[in-house]
Amino acid sequence: MKLLPVFAIVLVFSAALFAADDPNLPEKITDVETIVNKANIVAYYQGEDGKAKVKMTITSKRGQKRFREFIILRKDIQDGGDQKYYVYFLKPADVRKMVFMVYKYTGKNKEDDRWLYLPGLDLVKRIAASDKRTSFVGSDFLYEDVSGRGLAEDTHELVETTDKYYIVRNVPKRPDTVEFSYYNVSIDRKTFVPMKMEFYDKNSMLYRVIESTKVETIQGFPTVVKSVVSDLNTGGKTEMEFTNVKYNINLKDIFTERYLRRPPREAIR
Amino acid sequence: MICSKRLRAAVLVLAAAFSSVVVAQQEAENDFAAILSNLEVHGFYEIRSGYRLRKDKYEKDMSIMEQRLQFALSSYIDWADFKAKGDIIGDMVTEQAEFDLREAYMFTMPLDFMDLKIGRQILTWGTGDLVFINDMFPKDWQSFFIGRDTEYLKAPSDAVKLSMFSKWANLDIVYTPQFDSDRFINGERISYWNSNLGRLAGQDAIQHTDKPSRWFRDDEIAVRLYKNINSYELALYGYRGYWKSPGGQNAAATQAIFPDLNVYGASVRGDVGKGIGNMEFGYYESDDDRSGKNGNINNSELRFLAGYVQEIGKDFTAGLQYYVEYMTDYSQYKDSSPSGLTRDRDRHLVTVRLTKLLINQNLRCSLFTYFSPSDKDVYMRPNVNYKVSDNLAVEAGANIFFGDYPSTFFGQFRNDTNLYTALRYSF
Repeated sequence: MKLLPVFAIVLVFSAALFAADDPNLPEKITDVETIVNKANIVAYYQGEDGKAKVKMTITSKRGQKRFREFIILRKDIQDGGDQKYYVYFLKPADVRKMVFMVYKYTGKNKEDDRWLYLPGLDLVKRIAASDKRTSFVGSDFLYEDVSGRGLAEDTHELVETTDKYYIVRNVPKRPDTVEFSYYNVSIDRKTFVPMKMEFYDKNSMLYRVIESTKVETIQGFPTVVKSVVSDLNTGGKTEMEFTNVKYNINLKDIFTERYLRRPPREAIR
Repeated sequence: MICSKRLRAAVLVLAAAFSSVVVAQQEAENDFAAILSNLEVHGFYEIRSGYRLRKDKYEKDMSIMEQRLQFALSSYIDWADFKAKGDIIGDMVTEQAEFDLREAYMFTMPLDFMDLKIGRQILTWGTGDLVFINDMFPKDWQSFFIGRDTEYLKAPSDAVKLSMFSKWANLDIVYTPQFDSDRFINGERISYWNSNLGRLAGQDAIQHTDKPSRWFRDDEIAVRLYKNINSYELALYGYRGYWKSPGGQNAAATQAIFPDLNVYGASVRGDVGKGIGNMEFGYYESDDDRSGKNGNINNSELRFLAGYVQEIGKDFTAGLQYYVEYMTDYSQYKDSSPSGLTRDRDRHLVTVRLTKLLINQNLRCSLFTYFSPSDKDVYMRPNVNYKVSDNLAVEAGANIFFGDYPSTFFGQFRNDTNLYTALRYSF
């Protein structure tokens, strides 16, 4: 009988131990740089390379819809670093077979290189677009949403850790170059997939939200297969859906003028 | 026995031959079936109409009035891609129905480092924006000036393009077995300066030409050697052929001619500050008149271009180019010039492009301006294009020419100034 209280104490103690070390909850990381680095890799650098077919539905405030469809190929030069993108347009009809190519540089003082191929003119054009916060193909997504915002552009602060998410606040180092004052990202603690991004304007009003609405594990990589951006100012929204996602496809160097003029079969089929 | 052995051998040979024919036929049938099953059809339907803003006594008031249906067919088999693109045009200015086959080619990759494109194709290279030095592929200036889509500035070539790639450099060789001239201004739809008459002319004096047209003898060859170094694009060019638009006339001054021309050039394009800069150079060697003494044939020229493009605001880009043509044997030209009117030694040209996208990039407003301080003439191309939906676009624009003199490059087209609108449905 004397053992009972001891047993009870052990029980309570071990319960407390279990609560602190719940096997259903991933380990709690407190270093914000580790968190944002992992999330950046998961969002933009899965595998050595990748391919996906992307469908965009752009819906205006009045409900008018426009559609974009393209195939995107990506190759990483370095994880978390430089990348090459190749975008082959399928829809709408007037931009069909157009190719957009980007050499993305994450180092400072180097703008991305961008090319556009116009098949009707057989013209390889160099694009002088330095502002990454302009709309991507007329959608509510910006160039930076598609290819990733350089981590060094912002300071990061872990503001909260919930059961499911790390909530990180990102404040731009050069506020004059962007239209937001800061944005919060909710990063899944298990997968490190950024599930929600909330952008606040210069008056600290929420005006833009990007949500990952469907995540699947493909070849072992957690992958956002559906995301939606809502612009609260204009009332417009764009849904982006990824299909035929493949990683580590052994992409050769197709990021050249040769393949701009003549898209490789792996790009278009 | 011998007989039956021979018979057996003969039967075997026949059977083998027959089966190989069957196999070949089957392969061809398979290829054909594959081409059909991989076939994609796209295109557009367009209505375009435009009027002259000034009275032109040599041309119709309608500058453009046409319906156009374009079909683009593409397909592929294991070892090749195929493309055919053609326009059916109902042209109310010429009062004719036309078919313009713009592309019809086969593309294949015979070796890993080699591409081959054979047939009718659109070809473009060089760094200029609506200014060409080393791009010696045919242009359609008529379409450009009457307000067709910019795509029609490029006329097709019937050619073989062989491309080879290596880590040191890449090489393109384009062989055109029969000279493809520009679709130049001949007075049919655009009035122009006729130096023989010493006045503007149009349908009353349609330019007759004597065009080199013998297959494999009156041919053209264009080469480009290029390489990218740290995202700077470097290229060397060479061309052997003819002046693409008439570059002289016969001694009796009855026909315009296309004298021999060789071009040697180079270009570079890459990051400059916040934008993209480019430079291009070309030496035009007028091979039928190397001394420059023949007043009926174009002088040799040096041509130089420098350009810069930068994004200057949200969805707003500006481009600036400076271009100069310099006659290498000007004094000989002046001495031998048949008419009293002579041009300056240099022709300087400045171009400015402004492009602004609005309404979620569905509205594109652009203005391209050529201005020549030496010729004292201007050519402006304002254009507004709005995408009503993913398939439907409406457009309005103008081609505006000014000039102090009637004989200069753009000044001669003063009376061709026009305004146009268009509606295009893409599928």
